[in-house]
Formats: sequence, structure tokens, C-alpha cells
Amino acid sequence: MSALDSKGLILDEQLLFERSVAGRCGYDLAPLDVPPAAPPANLVRAPIEGFPELSEIDVVRHYTRLSTWNYGVDSGFYPLGSCTMKYNPKVNEQLARLPGFSQQHPAIPEHLSQGSLQLMYELQQALCEISGFPALTLQPSAGAQGEFAGMLMIHAWHQAQGNRRHKVLIPDTAHGTNPASAALCGYQVVPIASDGVLSVAAVAAAMDEDVAALMVTNPNTLGLFEAHIREICTLVHERGGLVYCDGANLNALLGVCRPADLGIDVMHFNLHKTFATPHGGGGPGAGPVGVSAALEPFLPLPVVVQEQGVYRLDCDRPLSIGRLRTFASQFGILVRAYAYVLTMGAAGLKKATQLAVLNANYIRARLEAAYHLPYPQRSLHEVVFSDAHLPNNCHTLDVAKRLLDYGYHPPTIYFPLVVQGALMIEPTETESRQVLDEFCDAMLAIAEEAEHHPELLHQAPVNARTRRLDETLAARKPRLKWQP
Amino acid sequence: MRYLPHTDQEIAVMLERIGVADLEDLFSGIPAACRLPRELNLEPPLAEAALQQRLEQRAQANRADSSWHSFLGGGYYNHHIPAVIDHLISRSEFYTAYTPYQPEISQGTLQAIFEFQTLICQLTGLDVANASLYDGASACAEAVLMALRCAPGCRRLLISRGLHPRYREVIATYVRYLDVELVEVPLDASGMTDLAAVAALLDAQVAALVVGYPNYLGSMEALAELARLTHEERTRLVVACAEPLALALYQSPGELGADIVVGEGQSFGLPLTFGGPGVGFMAVRQADMRALPGRLVGETRDMEDRRGFVLTLATREQHIRREKATSNICSNQGICAVMVAIYLALLGKNGLPQLARDNYARATYLREKIAALPGFSVPFDAPFFNEFVICCPQPSAEILRRLETNKILAGIDLIRDYPDISHGLLVCVTEQNDRAQLDRLVAALQGGCL
Repeated sequence: MSALDSKGLILDEQLLFERSVAGRCGYDLAPLDVPPAAPPANLVRAPIEGFPELSEIDVVRHYTRLSTWNYGVDSGFYPLGSCTMKYNPKVNEQLARLPGFSQQHPAIPEHLSQGSLQLMYELQQALCEISGFPALTLQPSAGAQGEFAGMLMIHAWHQAQGNRRHKVLIPDTAHGTNPASAALCGYQVVPIASDGVLSVAAVAAAMDEDVAALMVTNPNTLGLFEAHIREICTLVHERGGLVYCDGANLNALLGVCRPADLGIDVMHFNLHKTFATPHGGGGPGAGPVGVSAALEPFLPLPVVVQEQGVYRLDCDRPLSIGRLRTFASQFGILVRAYAYVLTMGAAGLKKATQLAVLNANYIRARLEAAYHLPYPQRSLHEVVFSDAHLPNNCHTLDVAKRLLDYGYHPPTIYFPLVVQGALMIEPTETESRQVLDEFCDAMLAIAEEAEHHPELLHQAPVNARTRRLDETLAARKPRLKWQP
Repeated sequence: MRYLPHTDQEIAVMLERIGVADLEDLFSGIPAACRLPRELNLEPPLAEAALQQRLEQRAQANRADSSWHSFLGGGYYNHHIPAVIDHLISRSEFYTAYTPYQPEISQGTLQAIFEFQTLICQLTGLDVANASLYDGASACAEAVLMALRCAPGCRRLLISRGLHPRYREVIATYVRYLDVELVEVPLDASGMTDLAAVAALLDAQVAALVVGYPNYLGSMEALAELARLTHEERTRLVVACAEPLALALYQSPGELGADIVVGEGQSFGLPLTFGGPGVGFMAVRQADMRALPGRLVGETRDMEDRRGFVLTLATREQHIRREKATSNICSNQGICAVMVAIYLALLGKNGLPQLARDNYARATYLREKIAALPGFSVPFDAPFFNEFVICCPQPSAEILRRLETNKILAGIDLIRDYPDISHGLLVCVTEQNDRAQLDRLVAALQGGCL
């Protein structure tokens, strides 16, 4: 068997370690211009066992080949629900790499980093205007850390009132990060059932003196606007609680509705969703958090402030929940989001929201005869189908894998948990009608195949880099690193 | 608008298909009382050229450009970044993808992360590494949470005063409401965690001891001795490496007895970018595998028995376990982990130790020169790597201000974090500081004493 198992131009590639040849190196160091030195011999490490030895071209080919086994937004339609896989503007990539930003050490004195601080301040102001919150932190590294920061602030606020509350209400449609973040703050999670949208009665029944907060996602993970949100916020406030909003779905609301105006006390943004920063194959993201005036003293450290045109990082905030990361922010992500807001402007952001909702509803209109739609209400930026109408033992997973054969990234599957066999489709505004039609044609063809050739679904994918992978084997006998 | 492809005619056709009259009607599910009755008040949109101009203005307002000499470290390090890295991660198949939930079309990301996990295991000397965490400090906090999970009933943590002050603050934030006691362990006169104090503070209630390697003051801690002490009490030894390049020169924490090794991967090919994004890493012993937070990539086979990779052991994670998950983390630092892997692949078994020795030799040279200056001293004699403390004859802030006029960023003032170190300054040297720069710094410091 040859080392590489390429089929023509479908290129195979081994692991780095398997390509390694003793003595190669892909890096040249300048000659040492000071006397050599070494620490005490008994502390010095032996050569690192198993570390690769490769030349520069080995490494370049390796990653170039790996990239061809991936699929990104630039490759094609990526309707991953709740992830807002919109187009990532190329100019923003260039701007984040400007040497004035990229070569700037975080410990540089503030009077030498006014440009970065001003940018952060201006982004802060823009996000406040978009969401309606009077104060905001750019610090959290991603949505989940934003949730954590928000729940810590809620906890700190209650404590400052002299209260100790133990419970947090979370609807059954919520992202898993919500209960996990609440638990990390020492809260007990109380799930509440929703029927599509949350009812005032359901919240009233669960809302007692021991409930610190309600965590909602609006629009929720079914793509439905929480129509009673104002009444619900009033109710929670009357009983001494606060309302946290997961802003994962903010792409449905830009310029249409501001969460703070609804009575929400805290919300995180996902800049890698709504504000077009790339998802990076899993990160980095950024999860700024907006808060009401009452919660402002509790914002994490440091906070970017401006006084007479001079910007600085304020660390002198005695009520703060503290620090969440080593340095102030995922600054490189903030640069991209700032560029996005400046490019779009108010009208552009609103148009983006309108077209995102238009696209989701168009897909819904084209597919609702073929796929079961469990919630018939008017949905916003995403639409959730289920596999309930699929015949011949065809399920959501089979549809997802068959979509790979048609050249698409599948939707989010089996989430939200309230829909059995969920297929959650979020097209975003950057997809054209052509793309949506082609995708819908593929979905309709798959529904036909389920009827007449179910084996095509069960065998799928046949046109991807690999056939269906055995996830059970991976979990039962974990092999989490290469071993010689 | 160039990012929005719809023509008016297409919008009309789509609205008709949906069965609504106009775009506003799509929002009928939002009660009128919830609508924003005005336009957002934002700056008018900028075309691409104007946008570039605006951002260049902001970037230029950061006045310390590449003509400055920087000796700043303290958790982020100015290493040379091979050009290859940015070229490869600019492949948009990598950076415009998301978390590899669908493995059959994500093998590129998955294999790259599997290799990252392997490289981190090799570097740290431990058995299992995850797919990355946000940064060094949050990785350190996650390590502490993991140690608490692994030692039910233990509610005390010993935190070395040598651990990066920001890491200590982030740990305090993460355990704020978890009924955990944080106990600070002092440093000894050599700049290392005081072993006698550790011995006195350890008991069966202590879930973990957390130290830096190197620590914030640059000292390579005596991990073998610390591990011997902690393992008498089954306390986990958590080691945080803010400058993991040191692991190519000094013995690995794993071989010295560390149970959990975390750190910041920025040194390995990531630009400084004002402190982020960097990338946190975490490695543990086999026995603790199922308590790990974050994503894990594992090897498996497909239906035709070909090798492939998938996200695995997901039952630890928030999307399955919800409030019982090992962490709330969802996004990690995917593309940054790939950058680290590319960097380590380029330098590899030969280049990385060579670079580490280079940094050590430069730091040694500068440290000796400064120690010989009248009025300056080096307070600690513990083994160090590329960063060390000097004591100045005047307050460090004054020295720093004076050297700024020579376009030198001489180091980090320790007055806030270690006020007991008299006029302390933390100085860092990398391969980016050639001998001429080192000599200029020495001359500039000397100028101040005259």
C-alpha cells in the first residue's frame, strides 16, 4: 500500500507526524549575536518525543491539502441554524491585519494605543445604539463567556441588594450554553415548557422569590419572536428578578427592535454571527454584553472609557465582577465587527435583517409541503422542520448526509430539542434567490428520494471526502492523539 | 449594498411566493409596541476605500510602530511569525467554516485539530489535550474548575503569588459564586513558590495548587518538588505556561509530575493584536480525560474503513449535558489552534529548541549587562527563560517614561502587582531583539543613572 491514497486529484494526506523526516526544519533562525548560554543541565529537556520534522513546502502542502477537505461559507451555502453563517467580508480580514493593530502589545502604555482604544469605544457606542443598552463590555471571548459574564452580573446585583436567590428559569428551547452558564454561577436551573413561544402564565407559575433571573433567546431557537416578552419582563421585574437575553439570534432584529427597549436587563452579542466576523472553524468569536444602567457598576474589568477625547481602560471599579480573560478583548475580532458596522450603516443593517427574514421565509414557503413544519406561526430569520413526514425509515441525519452529496453544508440537526428530528435552517441575508432555489431543489429531490430510493439517504454521503464516520467507535475507544 | 445580492425584482418575486405584500409584513409576529419607531442612529455607511482610510487612521493613532524596540512580555510575546502561517489560514475553507459538526465535509479542520492536540500533548508531556480554550487565563480557570470536579468535597485552592496576576484575577471571577476558598502561596527569596509554605498549607481539603512555569516573574518553578508535595495529598498540580516556548528548553511539566497543564499559545505564531485573539490550551492525564472541558477530536473509521476524525466524547458538553456539562464553552479558538499547529510544524523538533536556546542566551546576556549597571540589580536567582525582573534605582514608571523618548518600551512596571519589589521592572527578550537593541537598552538605562 502506498503512503498516500489519492484518487486522481482527490488528494490524500497523512498526519504531520507521518510525513516527518529526521533532520528537516521549516524555519531559519538568524545566527546568535550574543554568547551562547544554557540553563543547568539537569533542568534541560531531551528532544521532544514525536515532534514533527518538516520543510516549509511539506507544511504548506499539508495544510493546503487539508483545506480542500473542508467546506466554508466561501465554498457554498451553509444554512447552519442558529450560527448565522453569513458572508465574511474580505476587506475586514485585511483591516484586522494592519500592522498598527496586529503588532500592538497589550501592555503598551495607553497614550500609545489611543487608536485601538478609540476603536473599541466607538464599537461599544454602536452596539449600545443597536441594542438600546446604556452600557456594554467588549471583553467576553465568545457567546458562552458573555452569558457567564451576564449571569455573574445578575448574581452580583442581587447580592448588592442584600438578596440571595438560587434559581434561574430557562425555556426548553434554549441553547445548552444557557443552563451551563447559569450553573457555573452557582444557580439551580429550572426548565420551563414553552409552546412555540413563552406564555406569561408559564413564567408567572415558575416565578417566585427565589428566582434570580429568566434567560430567554429572542427570537427563540424556533425562529419565533417571543411575542409576550414585554409582559414577561414586567412580571419578572415585579417579582424582583432580572431578564437575560441570549443574543444569538440578533440578526433577526437589527433596526427593527431593540432588546433593551423590551425590558431586557442583559444581553450578549455574538460578533461572529450577527456582525460577520468569520467563525474560524470553531472560533475565535467575541461576545460583548450590553446591560441596563442598574447593572453597569458590575461590568467586568477593564471598561473602555473616554474623557475629553482621551481613551483609557478603567480598572478602578469596586463593584465589578472582575476579569474574564488575560487581556482586554479579542481585539482582532472587534476590528472586523467595527468595519462591518461602518460598512453597513443603519439602513444596511436593517436591510440585512429584512433580507435574512425574507430568505428564511422563502425557504419555508418552498419546502413546507415536503417537510413537516411543527410550528406554523410566522417565523423570522430561521425555520425549523422535522423528519416526521419522511417515509422508509429516513431521518434527519440521513437528509443531512444526503445534502453533502448535493454539495451543501447541512442545517443544524436535532436542535432545538423540543422538536423531534429537527432540521434548523438559517440562510442569512447574503444568499441570493438563485442559491436558495438550488438548495430547495436539492431538499425536494431528497424528499423524493426518501420516497422512492431511501437507500440513497441511508448510504449517504458517497461524494464527500469520507463516507459516514463511526462516531460510536470514536467515543467507545477514544484515540485523541497520534501515536507511533 | 455589495454584500446583499437581492435585486428589487427578486425581492418582489420572493414576497409573492411567501404570500406577503412587503418586507415589513414579514415582521408581523413582532407586536407594534416592540418595534423601534425610528432609524438607528449610526454613522452613514462607508464605501471600501473610505473604510480603509478610517481604519488606517485608527491604526496609525497607535503610535509605537515597528521602529520602536519592545521588551514587553508579561503573557504575550513578540516572536517572529513565519509568513507561511497567514497564507495558510487565509484559505477560506478553514476560516469561513464553523465548528466541524458534520465531519464528512470538515476533515481539514478535524485533522488539523487532532494534530494540534497531539502537539500539545508532546509539548506538555501529558496524555490528552483538548481542541483549545479562549486564552491562557480562562484555560487556567477551567483547569481549576476541573480540579474541583475531580475532587468532590475539596473547596480550597492554593494559588501561587507567582502565577500571572491576570490569571489569578480570572480564577477569582470564575469561582466567585462557587463557595471556594482561594489561598495565596507566597514566593521565596529566589522568585519561586515557597515550598515550605506549600507544605504547610496542603491538606486533604485542597483540590489544586496552581503555579506558573515560567511564573510571572520569569522563574521556572521547581515542579518536581511541588508535585511530590501535592501528590502526598492527592491534590492536583495545575501548571500554567504563559510562555510555552520555555517548554522546548526546560523539562516538560508532565515529566515533572504536573496533573493539568494549561497555557497561552500566542507565542506560537499568533500576532499580538492588542491582546487577542490568542489561544488557550489544556492537557491532562488519561485518568482525567472525561472531566476535560471543551471540544475533543478523535480518530475513527468510515463505512469503507478509511481513517477519519470526528468531534467526540460530547456527553461532557453543554449541548448534550446542559447544566451538568463540564463547562459552558461552545466556541473555542479554532483557527488560532491551527496557527499554533502550523508554527510548531514549521519549527518542529529541531527549530523549536533552537529558538528557545536563542531566547535564553539573549535574556542571559541582557540580564548580566543590566545587573552590572550601577544602581540596578536582579533580585531573583531562580532559573529563568526569556523574561526576568530588574530593580531600578528610581521608580520604574520614571525610567519607562524616559526610555519612551528613545522609542524603547523597556518592560512592564511591577508596582501594581508586586509593590514589595522595589522599583521592579519585568523585562522580556526574544529573537526579535538583536544585540544592538539589547546594547541600546543597556546604554539608555545607564544614561538614567548618571
